[in-house]
Amino acid sequence: MAKLPKQDELLQISYKPPKTPWMDLPVDFKPGTYCHGAKGKDLQAVGFPNARDWSPGEEDWKLPEEWKDTVLAGMADRLGKYRSFRLFMDVCVRCGACADKCHFYMGSGDPKNMPVLRAELMRSVYRRYFTKSGQLFGRLAGARDLTVDVLKEWWYYFYQCTECRRCSVFCPYGIDQAEITIMGRELLNLLGLNTEWISGPVANCYMKGNHVGLEPHTMVSNIEYLVDDIETLTGIHITPSFNRKGAEILFVVPSGDYYADPGMYTCMGYLMLFEELGLDYTWSTYAGEGGNFGFFTSNEMAKRLNAKIYAEAKRLGVKWILGGECGHMWRVLNQYMDTWNGPADFLEEPVSPITGTKFTNATSTKMVHIAEFTADLIHHNKIKLDPSRNDNLRVTFHDSCNPARGMGILEEPRYIIKNVCNNFFEMPEDTIREKTLCCGSGAGLNPGENMEVRLRGGFPRANAVKYVQEKHGVNMLANICAVDRVALPTLMDYWVPGVGVCGVHELVGNALVMKGEKKRETDMRGEPLPERSAEA
Amino acid sequence: MKIWSSLLAVVALVLIAWLGTGVAGLYTVFGVGIPYLAFLIFALGFIYRILKWGRSPVPFCIPTTCGQEKSLPWIKHNKIENPSGTAGVVGRMILEILFFRSLFRNLKTEKRGDKLGFGSAKWLWLGGLAFHWSMLIILLRHLRFFLDPVPSLVRGLDGLDSFLQIGLPILYITDIIIVAALLYLLARRLFVPQVRYISLASDYFPLFLLLGIVTSGILMRYFLRVDVVSVKELALGLVTLRPTVPTDIGSIFFIHVFLVSSLFAYFPWSKLMHAGGIFLSPTRNMANNSRRVRHINPWNYPVDVHSYAEYEAEFKEKMKKAGVPVETE
Repeated sequence: MAKLPKQDELLQISYKPPKTPWMDLPVDFKPGTYCHGAKGKDLQAVGFPNARDWSPGEEDWKLPEEWKDTVLAGMADRLGKYRSFRLFMDVCVRCGACADKCHFYMGSGDPKNMPVLRAELMRSVYRRYFTKSGQLFGRLAGARDLTVDVLKEWWYYFYQCTECRRCSVFCPYGIDQAEITIMGRELLNLLGLNTEWISGPVANCYMKGNHVGLEPHTMVSNIEYLVDDIETLTGIHITPSFNRKGAEILFVVPSGDYYADPGMYTCMGYLMLFEELGLDYTWSTYAGEGGNFGFFTSNEMAKRLNAKIYAEAKRLGVKWILGGECGHMWRVLNQYMDTWNGPADFLEEPVSPITGTKFTNATSTKMVHIAEFTADLIHHNKIKLDPSRNDNLRVTFHDSCNPARGMGILEEPRYIIKNVCNNFFEMPEDTIREKTLCCGSGAGLNPGENMEVRLRGGFPRANAVKYVQEKHGVNMLANICAVDRVALPTLMDYWVPGVGVCGVHELVGNALVMKGEKKRETDMRGEPLPERSAEA
Repeated sequence: MKIWSSLLAVVALVLIAWLGTGVAGLYTVFGVGIPYLAFLIFALGFIYRILKWGRSPVPFCIPTTCGQEKSLPWIKHNKIENPSGTAGVVGRMILEILFFRSLFRNLKTEKRGDKLGFGSAKWLWLGGLAFHWSMLIILLRHLRFFLDPVPSLVRGLDGLDSFLQIGLPILYITDIIIVAALLYLLARRLFVPQVRYISLASDYFPLFLLLGIVTSGILMRYFLRVDVVSVKELALGLVTLRPTVPTDIGSIFFIHVFLVSSLFAYFPWSKLMHAGGIFLSPTRNMANNSRRVRHINPWNYPVDVHSYAEYEAEFKEKMKKAGVPVETE
């Protein structure tokens, strides 16, 4: 991992574009700004082309001889398959409204991180090969040849976009850079040009059922480890079930919650809540991943990974599916799953067994977001909560990009937080809800080797957290995304020391008063409860 | 280069029209042939482009949600910014197309010391809206040349647009607004460094062309007066497909008509097609109801998956040891 630059070095940001036209600016593969290349074995595991080890920093990318034809044929194919792609290649007027909306641009000043220019990287090639004006007028019409350097530029900048869709909120035509990045990555994957951090988890998920590659017995022992911690904390012993046929509900979470700090506390929150409710649910080791790094690769790969959820629900004979807190997981579940792998006619329309509430917004996918499920419980007074147990926390909420802009789940998590915490403070309006700022590590950009870019991309979010830290003494950043829980702690430590990161169900677990529990001494993280520390 | 070539192209168009009519006297070509041809290119081109976009399917339901989803009955649903059905989508599209809703959200990101600030930035929205609405009103006003009798709606619009009652001929407010708006849009392209950096010749050319059209129109109305009766005769002839060619109108009129014709012919092949494209934008014209209604992808195809049976075959012993139920013994 490259040495971390100092804050004041990173903050030397200038939004003034360089003199050189962007087409003449070569990409600088500077360590710290890009991910490692995909490993051959990972590409091979899922049958991807041009499987080989390669390094983006090296001159030779070991491209197949006919690479250019492959890309152009792939482009033609996708222009015919995706209206979004063809339309977004054509209708941009370069008004520049999106330019300063991208967190990577705000944090780097690199003009090619303006969404409009990131899109022009692709459009210039589209014009050259797919429009008359580009063929006739060339560069004057904004067209350029597809060369190896252009390909490298694509790789660099399409893996420096978190598909967060913030630009799309502000675009007068709804042009969504995520759609263009998704297409760009599809084309790059035709040549085996992925990153290690994405293709590794994809291979893991395909073969083992989760991104982190936990084999079934390890997943079980990880959960049991959390069960032990819950027993220590509450005196209550939980016996979760795995791959159990006949359960009412299949529960699917992002695999980061099984083991990673602080995601595992969120997972403990789920376990405690379900225990308290007596919910008839099961985990699955086969469909043990809600997240979908295939989505950062190609639509086909995403579909192949996603297929396991319905397949497992069918095999186990459950009635419906409940999904944990995860960002891109819910983009996929909300906007893609049913189309890819539905119809889920073997499941029943989801009904909360506790409140009887019918989740009428999920009657086709039969999959409910846990924030919807828990908000409904609280609204019907079905669980006993002691929010004062979270009194040591001054909480703000980070809307994760995908649930905000690819679903719109804004109020449910806030409602839950306000019921389980006494101190909740919003960040400034222009940085939350549909205008939320990305963690800078989404869409598979959260390894360590590109830390400089992650810190830069995360700076705008951190800046807003700092605002509420200074104004309200905020010390906890809640969210409903596993990538946030993995990525934001590093970001907070760097930009806003003193602010922790947690999932919403960690706060629920802390506040939840369970039947027959012993008097709690600490919260899940082993920190003394607030009234205790006041006595001491 | 991008700027000068665009400006020169428009100057060349002006010269062609002037030489063609004022010197060569090709009134039929510039008054009838070219306008018909341009209109044909525009109409067919527009349809062609829309059909071409329309031929590509929308495989996934991908609205960009900008408000609360429809979920639990007691949570306030944002029906416009996150529509759950057709009515909401129509509302969202109306706001988008008539009032540029998304552009209204625009913010300015500023670095203040070691912090970032977000400020309101409504000028682009205002400039864009002012230009497009003036353009629409001016187009509708022009119907008075093409229709006889002039519909009362057009006459009413004319009256509204000139209610200030300044000068003779009476000044149209939209004439002032459209010039100001075009100059603003051009100025920000020239002087805002980021916008200048991303601009192409195809961004400058339509601005210069529109400025040329507006300028020639204003000159003709207020300064180099032309015979309105002859103009109407020509326009009516074009519409009724019985074109007559008056030769006494003056070159400024033919310059105006030629620039308009150029705009029409250029339109379908350029970024100006955003006018048609916005209606098709899947992030705006779809309802966020994909968990309730299954969206069909016409080219959905079966894919290789790692089946449970394959998974169990690999991990059966480990599963049994961990107490995870298996299918086969």
